[in-house]
Amino acid sequence: MKKITLTLAGSLIALSASVTASYADKLTFYCSAQEEWCQLMARGFEDATGIDVNMTRKSSGETFAQIRAEAVNPKGDVWWGGTGDPHLQAAEEGLTEEYLSPMRDQLHDWAIRQAESAGNKTIGIYSGALGYGYNTDLLAANNLPEPACWKDLLKPEYKQHVQMANPNSSGTAYTTLASIIQIFGEDEGFEFMKGLHANINQYTKSGSAPIKAAGRGESTIGIVFMHDAVAQAVAGFPIKVVAPCEGTGYEIGSMSIVKGARNMDEAKQFYDWALSVDAQNLALQVNAFQVPSNKGAKTSDKAPDMASIKLIDYDFVKYGSSDERKRLLQKWDEDVSVLPQ
Amino acid sequence: MHVAASERTTHPVLIFWIIAGWVGFGILPWYGVEDGFWSFEWLLNGYPFDEDFAPAAFLIAQGEKLWLAPLVIPLALPLLVLGRLKSDPLFARILILTGALGFGWLIAQGFGIGIRGFTFDWLTALFGDLGDRQFGMGYGAMICATAFLFLFTQGIAARGAINGDVFVVSAIGGVIVIVTAFVFFPIAKMLFAAFVTEDGSYSITVFFAKFMDNRLWGVGCLWGARCGVAWNSLFLAIAVGFLTTVLGLAFALVVTRSGFRYKRALRALTVLPIITPPFVIGLALILLFGLSGTVTVYIADLLGVRPTRWLYGMPGVLIAQTLAFTPIAFLVLIGVVEGVSPSMEEAAQTLRANKWQVFRTVSLPLMRPGLANAFLLGFIESMADFGNPLVLGGNFDVLSTEIFFAIVGAQYDQGRAAVLAMVLLFFTLSAFYAQRAWLGKKSYTTVSGKGDAGVHPLMPSGLAIPVMAVALGWALFTALVYIMIIYGSVVDLWGVNNTLTLKHYVTAFSVRFEAEGIRWTGAAWDSFWTTITIAAIAAPLTAAVGLITAYLLTRQTFAGKNAFEFGTMLSFAIPGTVIGVSYILAFNVPPIEITGTGIILVISFIFRNMPVGVRAGIASMSQLDKSLDESSLTLGANSWQTFRRVILPLLRPAILAALVYSFVRAMTAISAVIFLVSAEYDMATSYIIGRVENNDYGLAIAYSTTLIFVMLAAVGLLQVVVGRVQIGRRTQHGSGKST
Repeated sequence: MKKITLTLAGSLIALSASVTASYADKLTFYCSAQEEWCQLMARGFEDATGIDVNMTRKSSGETFAQIRAEAVNPKGDVWWGGTGDPHLQAAEEGLTEEYLSPMRDQLHDWAIRQAESAGNKTIGIYSGALGYGYNTDLLAANNLPEPACWKDLLKPEYKQHVQMANPNSSGTAYTTLASIIQIFGEDEGFEFMKGLHANINQYTKSGSAPIKAAGRGESTIGIVFMHDAVAQAVAGFPIKVVAPCEGTGYEIGSMSIVKGARNMDEAKQFYDWALSVDAQNLALQVNAFQVPSNKGAKTSDKAPDMASIKLIDYDFVKYGSSDERKRLLQKWDEDVSVLPQ
Repeated sequence: MHVAASERTTHPVLIFWIIAGWVGFGILPWYGVEDGFWSFEWLLNGYPFDEDFAPAAFLIAQGEKLWLAPLVIPLALPLLVLGRLKSDPLFARILILTGALGFGWLIAQGFGIGIRGFTFDWLTALFGDLGDRQFGMGYGAMICATAFLFLFTQGIAARGAINGDVFVVSAIGGVIVIVTAFVFFPIAKMLFAAFVTEDGSYSITVFFAKFMDNRLWGVGCLWGARCGVAWNSLFLAIAVGFLTTVLGLAFALVVTRSGFRYKRALRALTVLPIITPPFVIGLALILLFGLSGTVTVYIADLLGVRPTRWLYGMPGVLIAQTLAFTPIAFLVLIGVVEGVSPSMEEAAQTLRANKWQVFRTVSLPLMRPGLANAFLLGFIESMADFGNPLVLGGNFDVLSTEIFFAIVGAQYDQGRAAVLAMVLLFFTLSAFYAQRAWLGKKSYTTVSGKGDAGVHPLMPSGLAIPVMAVALGWALFTALVYIMIIYGSVVDLWGVNNTLTLKHYVTAFSVRFEAEGIRWTGAAWDSFWTTITIAAIAAPLTAAVGLITAYLLTRQTFAGKNAFEFGTMLSFAIPGTVIGVSYILAFNVPPIEITGTGIILVISFIFRNMPVGVRAGIASMSQLDKSLDESSLTLGANSWQTFRRVILPLLRPAILAALVYSFVRAMTAISAVIFLVSAEYDMATSYIIGRVENNDYGLAIAYSTTLIFVMLAAVGLLQVVVGRVQIGRRTQHGSGKST
């Protein structure tokens, strides 16, 4: 039996030596932006390099969960897109790989700052400011005043008209909570959240769901990132975007390489490519209205003008750390979410 | 029964498994090949010496993975039985020892040594740091394990179990092992996860902290705040169970006991829940009754009130689930209502009971088991439902969605997911157990061999009118919802721009004809073909496992048969979300490492849908007289030959039913699938979720509509084929009799 095996094996080795294996390079790509953008990035990278891309699209929270679950045995190579907090958290937990891309000198300062705050385990690829949008038809139908500030949302006439995501399940909503606290201070910030709670008709699970509901006319006001609201307006829904007058926080969409990636070289190749002007200009094709991190990349004229928005100095290190996050979420859970509406 | 003792030469099946063991050990790659199960690139990549692709024998020869070396002993042992008589007690003993040693050692080393060396701290404490690691099992290890298992069962058979029937013993052993591996093992793994603390040690206090959570058991809704998810799920499931039973009964009565003309159209309703992808009912309800829904706006205008978001929350989920699950209750009750023997009712009438008395005191009590069954089915389906609460739940959280968000949400709390899953499992298993305990003992049989040629009396007219009204009203409502689904797939942007367009179908399913052939350019093709492929692979396997199990349950008697039956039917009561979570926990690490592959999807479908195959098999096998088997066995066939040549051909309709059902179920499953899809293997339903999340209702509904028609075609094909098979069988019978 064994002899047969050996002779068989021997002939196979001879065979393998004579045939030069053509091994297609490949990359497993976890994507947390919207579907079309993810598809476009995957196909764009394939076209640019000839490397086969396997793309999975999941929200940043889901992807983070998956990378954590797979930490012992990583399956993904690179994680692109989604709000920065889970990327920072992954860096903090050592789930992602440190990498200094040669493309760094082409990027905006905020993208580099994001990288440096995480020991270069992540990097900014786009940014977007927080705000809200409202359905103009419904607002008119209900004779409601046009809101312009965060504090406007506390008015009793908006009762049952405001929607936001649950900060426990959505990075967008956590950014909202953290921004409000940074704008008003912690005590007043929580008072604001309590007041807002009285007007909320639903805490959605996903971050951009509130503005989508508003677009379809299932809710009036949705607290979301402004570029998501713009996307709904461009898609044809009667949505008006508001940059709150008190100032607002913002997210830095990020990218990280999975620690122990099976295709490390390809992952780095993708990383460099994704920071290039060509790759970042792809966003315009899919109505993604974030501000790209490469200084040379184009910005859509429909995108919210970052210069005219009053941005706060968002402290990503403090509010991105898991301890602070846990503390704030627990406080929100215990003090705000249980109040009767 | 056939006698094995007279065989002088060693049975070829035994030789086959001995050789298989050696092939698995010495020729095939021992560990899982990373490029995928069907990729054979490893043949050209340094096989058999490269550590990644080497067979176990080569690894040991090169001084690697030495813990595999002891397997040589159980591989060599069965060589001793060659030439021995089967009646020799040594024959059985050696085979049992071989199987137990080999299988046991394989499992022990698989769990003991993982990706980071020893899995358990006490092993490291005992032997020191291993300094080596191993990945998941591959072809070699699997074939070796299978060989050991069947050597073991042959040993048991040789000792005289089940009349020494090798086929039956092996089938029982095989089913037990796969059900243990893919149902009990993941569930057990998940239960353990509920006790894990943040630093990885086990603690009972963690479990209680998560179990006693206010979000789970809170009763705040009694004074205006919110109730815990466990209560929400329970109230919802009871309400859905009750409503579906009442509606199902109304339908069944209309079909069997009224003069209603279009009964066949009503019967067609029963096929709906099987072919409806998740979400579409929820989406159609939003488009009809949401804040800006057509009906809501119309009625609000009519009455001059403001439209509200009444749909989001318990009312919406309740309506959607009732729509989805009423046909199931109907399906169950139609059989029961028809089964009540007319002679009983006629006897009551002869005794001068009026129609109403007959119905209340005779017909209704005899339907009781059916009613209980329908209620429990509605209860279990509602508990396990994932799609409708996701779309319509609003702030009304239920267990199945909470489990999902505990895993994928920013909170990422596997322990909480496991605790929630346990609560959900407790509810469904209690219902499942109640159903079996209650219905198993009482006899409500009224169909007997005695003359039964009566006609069912019509319903009393006081009952007939409300029943007809309810049933027809609900049927119209159902039809309206499905028409809305089709309409929704051809409008541009519902509610905003109602022009008719086919653009959603074009986006999803466009094709381009080029010189090289057809290019599938539509966005949905990838997930569509994956779904069809996975469903097509899973369907025959599901049917096979189901029918073999059914054969064992109906035709054989063996110790522990009841436990065996309970185990194989159990997966019906396990909600998909629980299966999904437990599969992730159990199969992401060696020894069975299959997350991210298509195999895990196939396996989850097999074990989700197996109970249906079993039920279908049992139902048709009990119609085949046992004398058929006996005559075959008397004529010298063994039980495998009997199964293959006599029973299987007569079971063709059951096989087809099981095939189509599992195919269709695999296409509409979502709750388990959403945890198990990966980059390469994205399924239609998870793609649809992505579109729904993205506010792209048009595409989601267009895709769902396409799926509905594909599945309708599959079901229709089944009707045609099964019909023909039955006719064929009758003519065969006829000719058989005449000769």
